[in-house]
Amino acid sequence: MKSIMIILSLFCFLNPNIYAAAVEMKKFESDLHEQRYKNLIDELRCLVCQNQNLADSNSELAQDLRNKVYKMINDGQSDQEVMDFMVTRYGDFVLYRPPFKASTFLLWIGPFIILIIGLLVLVNFIRHRKRNVITALSNNEKEKLKQLLNDNKGKFK
Amino acid sequence: MIPELGHFALIVALVIALIQSSLPVIGAAKGIPSWIALAKPTAQLQLFFLIISFACLLYAFIVHDFSVMYVANNSNTALPLIYRISAVWGAHEGSLLLWVLVLSIWTGAVTVFSKSIPKDVLARVISVMGMVSVGFLLFTLLTSNPFERLAIAPVQGQDLNPLLQDFGLAIHPPMLYMGYVGFSVAFAFAIAAMLGGKLDAAWARWSRPWTNIAWIFLTIGISLGSWWAYYELGWGGWWFWDPVENASFLPWLVGTALMHSLAVTEKRGTFKAWTVLLAVSAFSLSLLGTFLVRSGILTSVHAFATDPARGVYILIFLIIVIGGSLTLYALRAPSIRSSTTFELFSRETALLFNNVILVVVAASVLLGTLYPLLLDALGFGKISVGPPYFNSVFVPLTIPLALLLGVGAMMRWKQDNPMRLVKALGFLFAVSVVVGGLLPLFFSRYEFGAAIGLMLATWITLTALQGIRLRLMNKGYTYASIKSVPRSFFGMSIAHIGVAVFIVGITLTSIYSEEKDVRMIPGEKYLLNGYSFEFKGVRSTQGPNYHAEKGHLTVSKDNQLVATMYPEKRVYRVQRSPMTEAAIDAGLTRDLFIALGEPRGADGAWSLRLYVKPFIRWIWFGTLIMALGGLLAATDRRYRFAGKKMNHKGVTA
Amino acid sequence: MKLNRAVLPLLAFIVLVVFLAIGLTKDPRKLPSPFIGKTAPEFNLPILHKMEENFSPKLMLGKVWILNVWASWCVSCRAEHQVLNNLVKYHQVNLVGLNYKDDINDARRWLSRYGDPYQLSASDVDGIAGIEWGVYGVPETFIMDKKGAVRLKHTGPVTNKDIKEKIVPLIKKLENES
Repeated sequence: MKSIMIILSLFCFLNPNIYAAAVEMKKFESDLHEQRYKNLIDELRCLVCQNQNLADSNSELAQDLRNKVYKMINDGQSDQEVMDFMVTRYGDFVLYRPPFKASTFLLWIGPFIILIIGLLVLVNFIRHRKRNVITALSNNEKEKLKQLLNDNKGKFK
Repeated sequence: MIPELGHFALIVALVIALIQSSLPVIGAAKGIPSWIALAKPTAQLQLFFLIISFACLLYAFIVHDFSVMYVANNSNTALPLIYRISAVWGAHEGSLLLWVLVLSIWTGAVTVFSKSIPKDVLARVISVMGMVSVGFLLFTLLTSNPFERLAIAPVQGQDLNPLLQDFGLAIHPPMLYMGYVGFSVAFAFAIAAMLGGKLDAAWARWSRPWTNIAWIFLTIGISLGSWWAYYELGWGGWWFWDPVENASFLPWLVGTALMHSLAVTEKRGTFKAWTVLLAVSAFSLSLLGTFLVRSGILTSVHAFATDPARGVYILIFLIIVIGGSLTLYALRAPSIRSSTTFELFSRETALLFNNVILVVVAASVLLGTLYPLLLDALGFGKISVGPPYFNSVFVPLTIPLALLLGVGAMMRWKQDNPMRLVKALGFLFAVSVVVGGLLPLFFSRYEFGAAIGLMLATWITLTALQGIRLRLMNKGYTYASIKSVPRSFFGMSIAHIGVAVFIVGITLTSIYSEEKDVRMIPGEKYLLNGYSFEFKGVRSTQGPNYHAEKGHLTVSKDNQLVATMYPEKRVYRVQRSPMTEAAIDAGLTRDLFIALGEPRGADGAWSLRLYVKPFIRWIWFGTLIMALGGLLAATDRRYRFAGKKMNHKGVTA
Repeated sequence: MKLNRAVLPLLAFIVLVVFLAIGLTKDPRKLPSPFIGKTAPEFNLPILHKMEENFSPKLMLGKVWILNVWASWCVSCRAEHQVLNNLVKYHQVNLVGLNYKDDINDARRWLSRYGDPYQLSASDVDGIAGIEWGVYGVPETFIMDKKGAVRLKHTGPVTNKDIKEKIVPLIKKLENES
């Protein structure tokens, strides 16, 4: 059973067929429609060959979904309506641009937070750098130094 | 017989690695010279046996020994010799053998080029590398043995995946591994330094050339992968933020930060603890990448035959190696002291800034790559994080990085004056803004993003050239005076110019690429971006192990013939899978790219995808130039004559 | 203060490892259905063996039922088919098939050859109903309660183990719901 799933999931990698370019002839009412279509199929994920977007995938489902996007655009539906259609049926997984919600808050804000932390650490490091420097010798170390110098007095001639 | 020899050699290598990873480091701790002396011979002996093992597997492929399961799965009697060789690392088991071989090559190299390194330090370094070897050798022998035999040898093999039957992809893994594994040297030096309690400028100086060379290989490896994806996968893309691509990009980012940080630690004796952490992190990310690719935890087009059981093994290995080194760091870092200080406005600060940005980018890419896993593990369902996310995070961060590039190389160590920089660079900045702002006018439409990218590239180039000019100005531009400037300076300048070239490539190709799906009958023409594509038809041909439909097009510009192009659609006989071989006319300022689609009618019509991609080669020229700069820096005389003259000079200015 | 900071990378790594370990138990390719707990999507399709009549999920309201997406070109479907044959033999279940993107004659032949456990199969030649249900591979199996809400989605072939441990217990539970 497991091997079947592995075989199915390997289907896309081992089958270079999906790398055969998906060249389709679609006619659009306007350049804007065509651009919107291209952008949408770029941002929607193929569910069969899960490492390609709808634009690049040659799987049958991808073809069907591309046709659906094409139809919806020609019917005058908005980008948001197309995406909602996909998400209702396949979940957020189908969007390559993760939606901004509570569960993805950390994802979108994360880099910004990391940047702020990085800058804070940087500022902190710069301000405290003097403390890391060995400035003066302690009394103990001064004694040791004296001893060493005395011991080696006659050595370098 | 030969496969058994290979298998046996692998086991012997493991035994040697066990000795190599234990006795020298214990000897260094307890002061036992005979154990310390075992470092070199065990490392070299391990290399010897791994070469034998690898050679045996190579032999099995060359002579078509299908009784070896791995050969039967990945080869075929019709497979050309060159691909029988690259098939050795074409799948999981063989690629692991390559991994351990590359590790032993690096270890062997360290034993040879280490004249100035004290024997106890060397012993620790070799032992640490030996520990990594033990981990991978055990993994290979226990779960992924490439020498496993089939009870009944099949008459014919299953052929190498046609996608891998390609030069670029054949050398991509060895280059990558040289990079990933190369970072283990800096890692080992860092661990050795922490174990020995001595972290000085010498440690940084020893680590630098090894890190630089590993970085060069990784840079080349990643750009090979990108270039391959572009010409092989049929739709003109060159980077997809695929989890495995990200897995290779992460050590590269941290490795770049490490290279810069090592420069500071060597020259100024500061940032020590931070540099150690980077050295540990760079290799840790390489190991994490290995885990992500082979465990099945993320969907990726690169995923090898994934198996969660293998994933568990690698995870345990990660816990031991990374967990161990970070624990050591937690214990030793607080007592690491820096020997000098610096002012707020200084090259040190600029480099710290560079490090912060690189690490933030790396952390963000890591976050994006692992976030789907995170949510799923917490039970919040499945999401996808793809190029729209990564691009929106990555691109803005490159702007401060690029600006900093120009400034950082010109700043003085320890203390600098803002006004001095404004005087030295202010004019160049203005020129960059003007040039960057004006250049997009020469393209099909004006885009603000293009202006910014071009401005940054101009800025980096001008400041790098200015830096060279200032160095040579007073000495005169003679061969002698050029030779008197340290090679590493030129290396830095050239590598930075490489970044500028790279930025030009990605900016212009992302913004101004044009693409069109068309249906053409023989004799028909189509105009795209000033180029006229004329379709001449399609005919059938045969290749060594495939059958092809070969298209023929001529491309003209201003009525002059520019290129004749033959896009193909191949069917490889064994795996019976169609593959598109796009036709590409490469050019300095643009690529023409054609992919053959499907036949579309009795009149000989075919669907075709036509692309004009401006300046796309600059992406890979840029990375090549970066690698060249790195090579110049790594071969600086400081490192080649290390030991004799350098020690007396102390900390260099 | 210093010791605290140097421990942070190790702590971050431990957190990472925990997530990676959990990740190893998950299958990144399997997608949960967004319809779980929601009303099953509608469709109106001709019945495979009686094309003049139509089937729609509405007709199953008030009943607990299973929808199994299958096709004659699907290798894994053949693997699970015997399991389904046994399911209807030994249990009281309402099993409806959705014949996905298939040729009608191929489909009928396939059923007569391998057995027909379905009360009926709806013929989704264009795959439109499949898209409505979020089908992305074959076979897939959905279980609906009496109110018409989807309660379970199973991707991939159904095994005897799945029948025993997941499907039959769930059906029993749903039957007891009002």
